Amino acid sequence: MNVIEAIGLGKRYGSTWALRGCALAIPAGHVAALVGPNGAGKTTLLNLAVGLTAPTEGMVTVFDGWPAGSPAALDGIAFVAQDAPLYRNLSVADMLHLTRNLNRRFDQGYAEARLGQLGIPMGRRAGNLSGGQQAQLALTLALARRPRLLVLDEPMAMLDPLARHDFMAAVMAAVADGGVSVVLSSHVLAELERVADYLVLITSGSVQVAGEVDDLLACHRVLTGPAAEAGSYAQRLDVVNARRGGAQVHLLVRTNGRSGSAPPGWEEHPVSLEELALAYLREPGAAALPGPSRARAVEPAEVTNWQR
Amino acid sequence: MAALTTARPGQDAGLRPLPWRRMTWVTWRQHRLALAGVIALLSVAAAYLLITGLQMHQAYGAVSACRPAGSGICQQAASNFLGTYAPGVGVTLGVLQVIPALIGAFVGAPLLAREFETGTFRFTWTQGFGRVRWAVAKLAPLAVAVAVAGGAFTLLVSWYLQPVFGAGDDDGPLYPTRFDFLGVALAAWILAAFAIGVLAGVLVRRVIPAMFATLAAWAGLAFVTGIFLRQHYEAPLVTSSPNIPASAWVISQGWFRGGNAASLEMIDHTLRPVDVQAVTPDLFQPGPATPANFGDPVRYLIQHGYTQLTIYQPASRFWPFQWIEGGWLLALSLLLIAATVWLVRRRATQ
Repeated sequence: MNVIEAIGLGKRYGSTWALRGCALAIPAGHVAALVGPNGAGKTTLLNLAVGLTAPTEGMVTVFDGWPAGSPAALDGIAFVAQDAPLYRNLSVADMLHLTRNLNRRFDQGYAEARLGQLGIPMGRRAGNLSGGQQAQLALTLALARRPRLLVLDEPMAMLDPLARHDFMAAVMAAVADGGVSVVLSSHVLAELERVADYLVLITSGSVQVAGEVDDLLACHRVLTGPAAEAGSYAQRLDVVNARRGGAQVHLLVRTNGRSGSAPPGWEEHPVSLEELALAYLREPGAAALPGPSRARAVEPAEVTNWQR
Repeated sequence: MAALTTARPGQDAGLRPLPWRRMTWVTWRQHRLALAGVIALLSVAAAYLLITGLQMHQAYGAVSACRPAGSGICQQAASNFLGTYAPGVGVTLGVLQVIPALIGAFVGAPLLAREFETGTFRFTWTQGFGRVRWAVAKLAPLAVAVAVAGGAFTLLVSWYLQPVFGAGDDDGPLYPTRFDFLGVALAAWILAAFAIGVLAGVLVRRVIPAMFATLAAWAGLAFVTGIFLRQHYEAPLVTSSPNIPASAWVISQGWFRGGNAASLEMIDHTLRPVDVQAVTPDLFQPGPATPANFGDPVRYLIQHGYTQLTIYQPASRFWPFQWIEGGWLLALSLLLIAATVWLVRRRATQ
């Protein structure tokens, strides 16, 4: 099952397309990281997926075919928006009460226990909690709904490093506990590297890379060798991005499973997720998208780039 | 294989919507302060009306006990009573005109504008209840609550104004500042102001600008209605008699001579032999040389070939006018609230 599917999805604000021709299928059971520079369309894509925004063109569905924003979709998705908006003048207990009233399922016992562990007092106003506590409260409210899909938009932007760690630990604990899929966006990939097992890279309004992290890492290598030879190998190899460092050049290449493709005199390294993402972000024309079995709507847009 | 399929609206029906009563606590918890503010505002106004109204009723007790009714002494007593209290009543009702505006600005405008301003709509509208039903469940009870509060306040104003009407005040219940506080008009105006407020909130999306937009829109609507619209609910009556029916709402009055409108200079010229100065077409100032037995300048002008035409609405049209105004304001309010809900459905994010 795919938790989010998009076909030809586009959203225009005025004359600017925030998202265009977006095709995507995120399978269930993953912690999917939606990564891209600021303004790439991450928030727009998430708003479309949770039904806050109506698409200008195309469509987005959740849980294999439910339209985003439909009752079934609202019922199954818990969304924590950027900066974790809460009613500042309501107490923590009131926020729980409110969320319980607005949803079919709400695990009051779980919410109270978790807030107790976190030391968040039930009587305190949400606006008087620290940033980290507010994020944790928002996450608790979302998880207590027992969602099938948890969508987090820049969940850690406002948090200090300790709070980030605690927040992600809570998300991972929920994933470990039982069957919730997670889609979370960030412009800081480093903090997702440890937790995400599915990567969606989005740049200037469209999906550039999508796939399971293990697959992506297995399919890419960094080759380091003399810069002078780079040009001749570029014909042969599927080069995503080249970086020069003095006389050496680092080529990030797509090996598609074949290893040992390094020419004599070249070194081959495994790639880190961050390196991989940065390489694609530097080359907006390159794309690594899943094959037709996952998202038929994706056009065969495998572009190989060899730019200086 | 997971395939991209189209929507399956048929199965959505299987998921029954959450019951409306779930929103009762939510609406109450989030708007009890605003409702308390409305009650406080109306209570302060009511306390003032009660205190001054009791004094007025007491004073009027002596006037209404005057016998024989209609005698010169009794007419004088009624006139004295009105001279003492009517100006204060006018000022009080003038100040109370802001009640619908305040309710629209402080209860209506922030209702949705605050959700947008603080971003909480992203939280609330992604809960299972659904944002269209959420909006209806908030707007409908609050609209009814403020309108009912306005209706209750009307009862007090009606009691408050009894002595003024009883003493035969020239300005009847159709008179602008009074009409809005009697019958169904106040409830309808409060409802309209609330509806303007919520629509402004969803359009402007920020609290303070939405409040000002509400005040401006309400003031414009109230002004246009009072000055231009209301007098045309039914074709006004015209009379050349100087005895205008008591309590009629005089819309305009003018002097004519030989079929043409008479200017102030002409009237002044005609009155010069008796040393009366026409300050305005209906305000005359006697001078030192005015004969002691001169009497009424209006009668004098009529005797000298003038005709005074009065355009007015008789007080008997009070209730038809109330229903007309209440009716179109109710329709307008429902339209604005429907537009608000439609916008909530349409433009969650811009």
